[in-house]
Amino acid sequence: MKILHKKRLNKETTLYDLELPEIAGKAEPGQFVILRVDADGERIPLTIADFDREKGTITIVAQEAGATTKLLSQKKAGDELAGVSGPLGRPVDIIKKSRVVCIGGGVGIACVYPIARAYNDAGSEVISVIGARTKELLIFEDEMRRVSKELLITTDDGSYGEKGFVTDCLKRLLTRAKVNLVFTVGPAIMMAEVARVTRPLNIDTWAGLNPLMVDGSGMCGACRVSVDGKMKFACVDGPHFDAHQIDFEELIARQKMYQKEEKVYASQN
Amino acid sequence: MPPKISPRQEIPKQSPRERSHNFNEVALGYAQQTAVAEAKRCLQCPDQPCVAGCPVGIDIPGFIRKIAEKNFAAAAKILKEKNCLPAICGRVCPQEDQCEKSCILTQKNQPIAIGYLERFVADWDSQNRRSDFGSLQSTENREQKKYSSANCKRPKVAVVGSGPAGLTVAGELAKLGYYIVIFEALHLPGGVLTYGIPGFRLPKEIVRQEIEYVKNLGVEVKTDYVIGKIKTIDELFSQEFKAVYIAIGAGLPEFMGIAGENLIGVYSANEFLTRVNLMKAYLFPRIATPIRVGRRVAVVGGGDVALDSARTALRLGAEKVYIVYRRSDEEMPARAEEFKNAIDEGINFRFLTQPMKIIGDEKRNVRAIECLRMKLGEPDASGRRRPVPIAGSNFVIDLDTLIIAIGTGANPLLTSSVPDLELNEKGYIKVDVEGRTSKQGVFAGGDIVSGSATVIAAMGMAKRAALAIDSYVKKI
Ligand SMILES: Cc1cc2nc3c(=O)[nH]c(=O)nc-3n(C[C@H](O)[C@H](O)[C@H](O)COP(=O)(O)OP(=O)(O)OC[C@H]3O[C@@H](n4cnc5c(N)ncnc54)[C@H](O)[C@@H]3O)c2cc1C
Ligand SMILES: Cc1cc2nc3c(=O)[nH]c(=O)nc-3n(C[C@H](O)[C@H](O)[C@H](O)COP(=O)(O)OP(=O)(O)OC[C@H]3O[C@@H](n4cnc5c(N)ncnc54)[C@H](O)[C@@H]3O)c2cc1C
Ligand code: FES
Repeated sequence: MKILHKKRLNKETTLYDLELPEIAGKAEPGQFVILRVDADGERIPLTIADFDREKGTITIVAQEAGATTKLLSQKKAGDELAGVSGPLGRPVDIIKKSRVVCIGGGVGIACVYPIARAYNDAGSEVISVIGARTKELLIFEDEMRRVSKELLITTDDGSYGEKGFVTDCLKRLLTRAKVNLVFTVGPAIMMAEVARVTRPLNIDTWAGLNPLMVDGSGMCGACRVSVDGKMKFACVDGPHFDAHQIDFEELIARQKMYQKEEKVYASQN
Repeated sequence: MPPKISPRQEIPKQSPRERSHNFNEVALGYAQQTAVAEAKRCLQCPDQPCVAGCPVGIDIPGFIRKIAEKNFAAAAKILKEKNCLPAICGRVCPQEDQCEKSCILTQKNQPIAIGYLERFVADWDSQNRRSDFGSLQSTENREQKKYSSANCKRPKVAVVGSGPAGLTVAGELAKLGYYIVIFEALHLPGGVLTYGIPGFRLPKEIVRQEIEYVKNLGVEVKTDYVIGKIKTIDELFSQEFKAVYIAIGAGLPEFMGIAGENLIGVYSANEFLTRVNLMKAYLFPRIATPIRVGRRVAVVGGGDVALDSARTALRLGAEKVYIVYRRSDEEMPARAEEFKNAIDEGINFRFLTQPMKIIGDEKRNVRAIECLRMKLGEPDASGRRRPVPIAGSNFVIDLDTLIIAIGTGANPLLTSSVPDLELNEKGYIKVDVEGRTSKQGVFAGGDIVSGSATVIAAMGMAKRAALAIDSYVKKI
């Protein structure tokens, strides 16, 4: 569970290579780990952004959203983590489609990267749309470029690429290209918007969800989401679901469940 | 005429008022004198009805006799012959349905307090072991070295899950000379003993000690290992494990299927208890994992899990805690003693009440449950009288937190990764009496076979399976 390598990607996001040969040996695109930084710490889910079976490493990219991710960012290369469990969740079923659009927002770009790569390897034409608030926060541009036939970039403030949201870019793209599948990972609100754009066009669309989790093995139900009106556990049934069927409003509300407590904790530690 | 029997010795407890604000153990245990007095009440019946009531067949009159003779070490030895987790069983076994139910004195409503005596001996033993720790540790270290140097030669058996079934099978097989590796999904071993049953009923230090004991027999425990994900059962076989024992419990929380279950403030009992026990949320904000308990809490269900959730909520500061149960107190599966403890602590029971829908506010916070009153009808398949709704009896309970403790099912995560493992229609693993599954070399026991049951039942299954595994490995 050693951090072999650590790299700050921007002021709020850090990449880590972890020595976890058994997890690296099994990881597939779309899966995640649950990680504890210290012994009594929280269990937090992070996507396996990359894995190297030969070297026995996995890569995770964490945005410092709160206490535990900040604590993680204070660790140095060579430090050990208290525990990592994985690979968890269902891998994405990579079935070749002629044209696949992969959309990542913020830290979600690192999460959608292994999926884009897998479709590219499978022989699909991958067009990627990645977005961030501002140029400084855009991550994984080179990685995404390598696995995409075409890479479209947006920033909210127009400091890089097109000004606007990934959905603006997607709308334009859809007027000129026939798309068979859309995959999106990012803030829930962004994924909801992507789904809204593709729904009337009947384009198969999948979103990688990020609800709160505890065990990650289907034991607690903290991660439950509504998909097509049915209760699903994101950690075992997902985390990727048909975006047209997801109740995003509920997801967004549930993510905020502990906002008050998170503030209390942050102010005391 | 039998001799006049003195009344059963009470066990001292923290007062309800005090204990409802802390997580320390409720029952304080017998003093030596009390234990001896209680042991002396035992009639030492020649036909030993109590032993027949014990799922692991402890020589109950035997260990009680030793207590009466004040030979506690001998009592402990007898106990441990059949039960490697006595400090746990003495605390959580439903004795009133097992050994104590068959006690001849039960007819006078005062059975021997076998559970309290078991607990007394186990605690005496562990304190003594600890006071004698230096010498013991060195022998244990020696043992362990002996084991580890011989590890390469000892046949390997994998155990999946570290609850009572997994720990028992591991302990038994280690004693028979096997090299055991337990793979546990969570970051701490113990199963429900660690993440489910709260510390005020089963102190975590006791669980830790019992796990240490099993480890010292030469058992290796690998945590953060979700079998079915990081490794399949077949991969374990290719890693030189000769047999695999599956003891993954029944860890799939059931929900009611009514409107509003995903509202904020609605928990499964598993999540609620896991946050508190495994993640130590009761220490928040000293530790990072939060929990939200409002002023008014309702818990749906009538088993041990429901009572544990309700009493935990009380200790976390809830002002009013309800248990909402669709049958009556008669049918409640929870242990009688814990029911009484809960009443003493001020838990409010709403019997014959069935939630119909959960009501939230505009921010999706849970605010109330709408319920229907029930009456008891004809007995159902479980032999208990079936609750029947009374039409038009709807009413509302206002609340801030709702905990659903209506049971658990079989978690398919592992079983679905083993295509040649036969399951029953509910997803539990099918086994024969000795725990053999349909897949060669794979055995199973505990809640993943029986459905949610008890610690001692899981242990009983594991003990039988240990022998079956031993004879299987010897034959291959
Ligand atoms: C399957 C999955 C994959 C994820 N992959 C990544 C990733 O690759 N990179 C990344 O930066 N983030 C990822 N996340 C989100 C990440 O888990 C949270 O940002 C993190 O847990 C925040 O913890 P914290 O203590 O730092 O912040 P907190 O202060 O605890 O929370 C900040 C916000 O993060 C969210 N959050 C808090 N706890 C959890 C939790 N246990 N599970 C999920 N979300 C939580 C909440 O919305 C909260 O408001 C993923 C989430 C899931 C479910
Ligand atoms: C809150 C609560 C209170 C209870 N109170 C009592 C009581 O007072 N008296 C009593 O006798 N019984 C009680 N019970 C029931 C009792 O705890 C169970 O019957 C018993 O623990 C079952 O033991 P087990 O070994 O089969 O499974 P568990 O104790 O459930 O342990 C299973 C273990 O397997 C692990 N696991 C699951 N899947 C995997 C996987 N894929 N890979 C690796 N590991 C995995 C789990 O994380 C867990 O640690 C209670 C249960 C609960 C939940
Ligand atoms: S995180 Fe506990 S069930 Fe999904």
